[in-house]
Amino acid sequence: MDWHQVWELVSLPDNVPIVLLLLMVPFYTWLAFREAGRNDRLIAALELDPDMRKTHHRVPYPWKPGWPKTVHVWPHLLKREFLAAIIVTTVMIVWSIVLDAPLEEPANPSLTMNPSKAPWYFLGLQELLVYFDPWIAGVVLPSIILMGLMAIPYIDVNPLGNGYYTWKQRKFAIATFLFGFLVLWVLLVIIGTFIRGPGWLWFNLGDTWDHHRVDHQVNYDLHDFFGVTGVWQVFFFGLAFVGGFCAIVGGITHLWVVKCMPLMRKRMSLVQYATMLQLWVLMIFVVAKIIARLAFTVKNFWVTPWFNV
Amino acid sequence: MSHGHDEAPPEPEIPAGEGNPGGLLTKLRAKAKSPAQLQAELKKTQVWKSIFRHKLDDSPRNRSLAVLSSVFLHLHPARINRDAVRYSFTWGMGGITFYLFVLLTLTGTLLMFYFHPSKGEAYRDIMFLQHDVPFGNLLRNMHRWCAHAMVITTWLHMMRVFMSGSYKPPREFNWNIGVMLLLFTMLLSFTGYLLPDDQLGFWAVTVGTNMARATPVMGHEGPFGPELGFTAFNDVRFALLGGSVVDANALLRAYIWHCIAIPIIAAVLLIVHFWRIRKDGAISGPAPVMLASEITD
Ligand code: HEM
Repeated sequence: MDWHQVWELVSLPDNVPIVLLLLMVPFYTWLAFREAGRNDRLIAALELDPDMRKTHHRVPYPWKPGWPKTVHVWPHLLKREFLAAIIVTTVMIVWSIVLDAPLEEPANPSLTMNPSKAPWYFLGLQELLVYFDPWIAGVVLPSIILMGLMAIPYIDVNPLGNGYYTWKQRKFAIATFLFGFLVLWVLLVIIGTFIRGPGWLWFNLGDTWDHHRVDHQVNYDLHDFFGVTGVWQVFFFGLAFVGGFCAIVGGITHLWVVKCMPLMRKRMSLVQYATMLQLWVLMIFVVAKIIARLAFTVKNFWVTPWFNV
Repeated sequence: MSHGHDEAPPEPEIPAGEGNPGGLLTKLRAKAKSPAQLQAELKKTQVWKSIFRHKLDDSPRNRSLAVLSSVFLHLHPARINRDAVRYSFTWGMGGITFYLFVLLTLTGTLLMFYFHPSKGEAYRDIMFLQHDVPFGNLLRNMHRWCAHAMVITTWLHMMRVFMSGSYKPPREFNWNIGVMLLLFTMLLSFTGYLLPDDQLGFWAVTVGTNMARATPVMGHEGPFGPELGFTAFNDVRFALLGGSVVDANALLRAYIWHCIAIPIIAAVLLIVHFWRIRKDGAISGPAPVMLASEITD
């Protein structure tokens, strides 16, 4: 265990924000689930008790008849905003006094930084470069992430959980979102920052970054395992595999939805449902490629003269 | 203990006559107004009334007017859901993100006074800020760390909006404005990264923009790019960098995107974002819980 290396990584000025992220993301995930738990217990009680349903004010916070449902912004909200502003200002000033922003040597195109890394918030995408061609990792996937995010309100047809935290009423939506955010985004950022060393090689946290390490690992394309050769054979093999993979994952998901979430299916139009399935299949596909590469040294599923997938 | 103006000390009697002809001072004194009177009169002047449009004594009406008649505060409604002020609902995250944006605008403007976006000068200006400009180093650090913090708080704000189901009708469109803000927040940070013109920024932006080479159809290394006649000298990456490598033109372009174009775009989006929060019926909750058994469709 090379603690010096760990410290060097963690204390690198531009990595400090990620340490902050590492603390804040779990905290807020916990906070959201604590609130969800409160609401879910209230919901369970209301479902059981029709009388309570008629009289209860339906939030898990204290309320008595006669109390107004709203409060004045001045001072109840403004004092909190003012306090928040003071705290944020203090934190930022202290942070800025204690830690200097980095400034390396002047830019020098002939002296490559190794590893050369994008700013930390893009390292998830840079990590995807290991698993995908640059046009997919750098252009297609980010576009799909953005479009997927924008599609969320239009494909989530569940009328429950509008404006309050809940887990039990929105399991599928929340699990999917958190998997995407926590694993495919935040975790990849962390891997890109703390695990990827010189040559973008994998160094477990605590391994010394050896700048002379050479990776002897040979990566295969999927068709190599099946002894497929010849441009067109390889092309159609890959096409069939990727198409088959998507069809199977999509089919299984469809069966699961129909069996376990029939109401969701019923509420969706075909366009909504197809969009949802596509995004879901794509997410699984990204996971599959990551696992294939890390566990089985498989680089590409589909090799063509123009692009690889 | 007495505190000055609370209890004025007794004034010495000045006898009429010698040194005080006609007791003028005494007469003037009698005419003098108390601070409370003066204050009351001040509030009747045209100047005062032109600035403050409502009374200031504590009444529900004035509390509402305080918010509604101020351009800065009227982004808020006069009253809100009594539980919406709980930290556990919004986490204050959108507000904190906006506050960081304000801090970044202030520190960024000050930094611009010392910065020339050209090769050679840029790096020297940063050194100058760090070592010679009074509080220059603090200024630069504040700008840097606020930028990083804003990226984090934007992500967390998105997570809270998702987890509280606040993108559901009628807030779908505002969620989309939010996604745009997410994109531009990260682009703001990214374009700023190059400006010190050091190794860190240079290679980060080189790595980042290299992806643009691979843009399908429009990049010279992307699928079908070369087939369509794109080279390193006419593809999208060339357009972003103003050249085929990260150099003087890229620095100037990053500067303009960073200091002018993206802040304007982000500000417009923020205006729409805030306006929409009000128009969509203020903050979404904490809303009364609904039950599956009560939904009919
Ligand atoms: C520059 C970045 C952003 C700023 C400054 C900002 C600011 C705010 C503020 C101040 C609020 C009021 C409530 C709160 O504090 O939570 C809010 C609400 C909201 N934001 Fe943002 N936001 C940003 C980015 C985003 C993003 C990335 C999303 C989603 C993808 C988003 C979606 C929403 C929605 C849907 C609401 C309404 C929430 C509700 O009614 O409960 N915003 N935003």
